[in-house]
Amino acid sequence: MELKTPLYDVHVAAGGKIVPFAGYLLPVQYKSGVIAEHMAVREKCGLFDVSHMGEVMFTGPTALASLNHMLTNDFTNMTVGRVRYSVMCHENGGCVDDLIVYKFGEEKYLVVVNAANRHKDVAHMKEHVLDGTTIEDISDSIAQLALQGPKAPEIMAKLLPEESIPKKYYTAIEEVYIKDLKCMISRTGYTGELGYEIYTAAENGAKLWEILMEAGGEYGLIPCGLGARDTLRLEAAMPLYGHEMDDVITPLEAGLDFGVKLNKPEFIGRDAMLAAGTPQKARVGLEVTGRGIIREHQPVFIDDVEVGITTSGTHCPYLGKAIAMAYVPADKADLGTLAEVEVRGRRIEAKIVELPFYKRS
Amino acid sequence: MANVPAELKYTKSHEWVKEEDGLYVVGLTDFAQDALGDIVFINMPEEGDDVASGESFADVESVKAVSDVFSPVSGTVAEVNEGLIDEPALINQEPYEQWLIKVKDVSDTEELMDAAAYEEFCANEEA
Repeated sequence: MELKTPLYDVHVAAGGKIVPFAGYLLPVQYKSGVIAEHMAVREKCGLFDVSHMGEVMFTGPTALASLNHMLTNDFTNMTVGRVRYSVMCHENGGCVDDLIVYKFGEEKYLVVVNAANRHKDVAHMKEHVLDGTTIEDISDSIAQLALQGPKAPEIMAKLLPEESIPKKYYTAIEEVYIKDLKCMISRTGYTGELGYEIYTAAENGAKLWEILMEAGGEYGLIPCGLGARDTLRLEAAMPLYGHEMDDVITPLEAGLDFGVKLNKPEFIGRDAMLAAGTPQKARVGLEVTGRGIIREHQPVFIDDVEVGITTSGTHCPYLGKAIAMAYVPADKADLGTLAEVEVRGRRIEAKIVELPFYKRS
Repeated sequence: MANVPAELKYTKSHEWVKEEDGLYVVGLTDFAQDALGDIVFINMPEEGDDVASGESFADVESVKAVSDVFSPVSGTVAEVNEGLIDEPALINQEPYEQWLIKVKDVSDTEELMDAAAYEEFCANEEA
């Protein structure tokens, strides 16, 4: 049976079309539809309920060492109030999940993981954690909202004093009060747009949603569902677990080198990645030049030979064209390479283009 | 509640059909367009193609999903609504104005519902 987030009733009342996703009942879209919601985030602002995400606390004298052992990024020089992206790998180098890590103290870190992987992640963490670190899955007690779009800073400025709003990308403030609600706020997101993610106690979720919607009304803020969340992240070429990465794809193959610190003395998956050497396949962007829309799991042909497979694809509202991501052999990944993708028995022409498809100017 | 004009006939796969000057005009219902969401692409047959009752003759893609469109009749495509190829979102805006194809030489017709029966069918799908 699917779970409801603390905002379920809010979504139903707002006309959300509810679908099951990662074990939760969540809105795929509201009345305005995916395109309008996507455009609101690019041009004004959108509000997402992302309470399904998993939150895991790491505390104790070895918390840092545990993170450095389990995760691919290096957290050694991280200062309090910073946020860092990382991958968590298996010994074989494949991805357990991708996640972000918040540092709130020398012995206190918050790890935010994908909803669909939460139980797998926590089991993996418990298996590999070092003595002296306590792991606590606090997901069920947390509501998380994402306020995303160029108007997000103006909306936050109505609700918080300047010193309570994180200024830099990937920074956070652990304790702020929006009205009388205690929140944690970070300048992060999954849309390729400027914005914030705001965490509060589950029982405050609906109230926080109401406060943000009211403050954002004059800026054109609308509620956005999972549909727009997916088209936005795809346009920004952000990888999604289960699509661009999984238990056998390594983060290097996924093009996530920036989050993999092979020069760290040790972490799970490092040996396998070093042994594998330069990745033989590459994640590429495809732009449809023919007619049609590419989706996931469709075969990619170059010079009439099947060489790869798509991992995500859609029609992108802001760019106004169909795009996809795919894995192809590294020696066939040059920009401008012409390809064909087989869609329901028909081949659609596409070409390899630079990632991300969309970058905020 | 979806709009269901009384003068049309309907299929269980949410196409509408009407007979007009000896041709069968086929489109997607309001219920179908609402379920699909923003339609961004449509793959159409060509004039002169044969269509078969109960079989797919087109597919429509919304931002999130692709869906087949099934022909309520067997016959030959007499006319295609070319305007939809460039502007498929018109189906969302006016599903009963924007027919997809007109079919001639109809030899067979699927069992069709009248408006009252279709309305009840939709109510059950929603439940």
